[in-house]
Amino acid sequence: MTNKLRWYAKTYIGFILAFFYIPILVMIAYSFNESKSRTFFTGFTLDWYNRLFTNDLIISSLQNTLIIAFAASITATVIGTAAAIGLYNMNKWLKSVMLNFTYLPIVNPEIITGVSFMLLFVSIQALIEGINTSFGAAIPMLEFGRATLILAHITFCLPYVILNVMPKLRQMDKNIYEAALDLGCNEWQAFYKIVVPDIMPGIIAGFLTSFTMSLDDFIISYFVTGPTSQTLPITIFSMTRRRVSPEINALSAIIFVVVLLVLLTLNFYDIRREKHMLKRMEVRSRA
Amino acid sequence: MRKLFILLMLCFVCLMLSLLVYAELEDPSTAEDYYTRFMGQNISLNVYNWGEYISDGNYDLMNVNAEFEALTGIRVYYTTYATNEELYSKLRGGGASYDVIIPSDYMISRMIIEDMLEPLDLANIPNLSEVGDEFLNPSYDPDNRYSVPYMWGITGIIYNTTMIDEDEEITSWDILWDQRFMGQILMFSNQRDAFGIAQFRRGFSANTTDPDELKACLDDLKEQKLLVQAYVMDEIFDKMLGGEAALAPYYAGDAMIMMEENPDLDFAIPEEGVNFFVDAACIPKGSRRKQAAEMYINFLCEPEVSAANSEYIGYATPITKALELVDEEFAENPIVFPSEEILANTETFTSLPRETNLLLDGYWTQLLSSDENYSRLLVPVMLFSGIILVVGINVYRAMNKKKKQKYYF
Repeated sequence: MTNKLRWYAKTYIGFILAFFYIPILVMIAYSFNESKSRTFFTGFTLDWYNRLFTNDLIISSLQNTLIIAFAASITATVIGTAAAIGLYNMNKWLKSVMLNFTYLPIVNPEIITGVSFMLLFVSIQALIEGINTSFGAAIPMLEFGRATLILAHITFCLPYVILNVMPKLRQMDKNIYEAALDLGCNEWQAFYKIVVPDIMPGIIAGFLTSFTMSLDDFIISYFVTGPTSQTLPITIFSMTRRRVSPEINALSAIIFVVVLLVLLTLNFYDIRREKHMLKRMEVRSRA
Repeated sequence: MRKLFILLMLCFVCLMLSLLVYAELEDPSTAEDYYTRFMGQNISLNVYNWGEYISDGNYDLMNVNAEFEALTGIRVYYTTYATNEELYSKLRGGGASYDVIIPSDYMISRMIIEDMLEPLDLANIPNLSEVGDEFLNPSYDPDNRYSVPYMWGITGIIYNTTMIDEDEEITSWDILWDQRFMGQILMFSNQRDAFGIAQFRRGFSANTTDPDELKACLDDLKEQKLLVQAYVMDEIFDKMLGGEAALAPYYAGDAMIMMEENPDLDFAIPEEGVNFFVDAACIPKGSRRKQAAEMYINFLCEPEVSAANSEYIGYATPITKALELVDEEFAENPIVFPSEEILANTETFTSLPRETNLLLDGYWTQLLSSDENYSRLLVPVMLFSGIILVVGINVYRAMNKKKKQKYYF
């Protein structure tokens, strides 16, 4: 590559990075702004961070968001992985039909998913009430809130897990699984000693996608949220009549830094492991 | 890989734990029998309020919900909404049970008409006597059977003094129709407030149901649209503070907050009359803890509580004794607490009949939609071409596959 071309490539990457990160940097800068203004910078302060930790509504919304994201993405990962393995072993025709059905929710507009969830939960409530009154049963009522949010989130996260695990299954060498059976593993042992480690990158990718999807979902949550719990995106949206408080800037800055740290540690970990493996291979080849 | 997974989880758990710090609760200083009768009964209340519309313990003010919990032993689940319409659809959608809601005047009368509110047991809200006489028996709820006022305010014009002539005095809504300020005018992006301005300017009632008057208002607003920079709500803060616009109608309490941050801004109350709005606490049908909900409403009327809320929000309190407790400068602010003369020339929004609401909805969409004469064929044509595209792609792929298979065998 000529020098000139290299220079173009660098500017191009520079522009892309700038588009990505300038908004975030501006937001972080304004989280230290003394006044509530988003246009003037009047002075440096840590007040917003201080206030953030004493704002019950924001903290409890964040807590809810994290609890829901963990519960939904972990459950979706387990169910989705199992579903992917089942789908993988189906015959070709059935497989393609089922796969198309599982991808449909991704294409479906979120607002329709949201409204249909709300209608479903309302009718489940009516059903429970009907059973309880006519048969004298005591089935606990499905209240709008954390339970409905988790159920809805699990459902819309599922396709993403299947989507991530499926390719890993296709790449997997079936012979290793059969070899494990030959060498004395029972099916369960062969599954968690051979299949699971082999498709682990896909499972983790599915988990992380679900986690992020659940974390920043607004539209579906908006329809299924209830009086006892509210997620962070809804709290932020409800501030728009008065004014979105700079505490949100502070919170976003913290989340950004945490995610950055997690990614950096992961990368360092990967690099170290690679080096380690290279060394071992060298040692072996010398021997 | 498993270690990596655990590491990742730990990081997020740490984030979660680090944020689990709660605000400190103060001891209840005024323990009475009234507030303690539900103590230890494990009762909870679902409160649904506007975002940023209660004192939360910042600015050295009271943390209202925490105080209430400490005083009564009732757990408060507090959630928030952004518009009256959002609240209405949440209640209409069913499934959710709220105990205390705080809608605005016109929404309260609509909910009363549609039988969505529970009548209050006023004997259980002794602090109703603290509410100023001028706020009792309002037009939207004639006998205070369903609502207790929470906050009130008026609308007016906030303007940038450096962007209009020095000797010009704003006395009329007409200035929002002034050619000189083309592209520097902001307008409400909610239909009730926007039409309200056109109605006040023409001298009509803000609750008019006359189709001719409404049509005249629509024409005025269409004419004004050429001058309007944007239809906005909270973006007004940034635009006015940054000097991007010269004039904007908005709520007085918010205008005061803007003026504190940018001394170039000022507030005018047009002579034709302005909207007087009240947000009041109500109990929706389906509440399971009516007595506790009434206790919460009563607590909101405590002078200390109302004073803290008023100062935090920047809106005016209807509680007479609370006026003595708020910061003196705030209580004497003529924008937040306008004089009786000005108040005499105001009108409150009440619920409109169904036909008028429908007409207004249609007019509002007509006003905002940029392209009025788009073809009715647009949607079917788009749908049809979409279907053709999908079928086409699939046929093409199938044919390609067959071709490839030919080469293989």
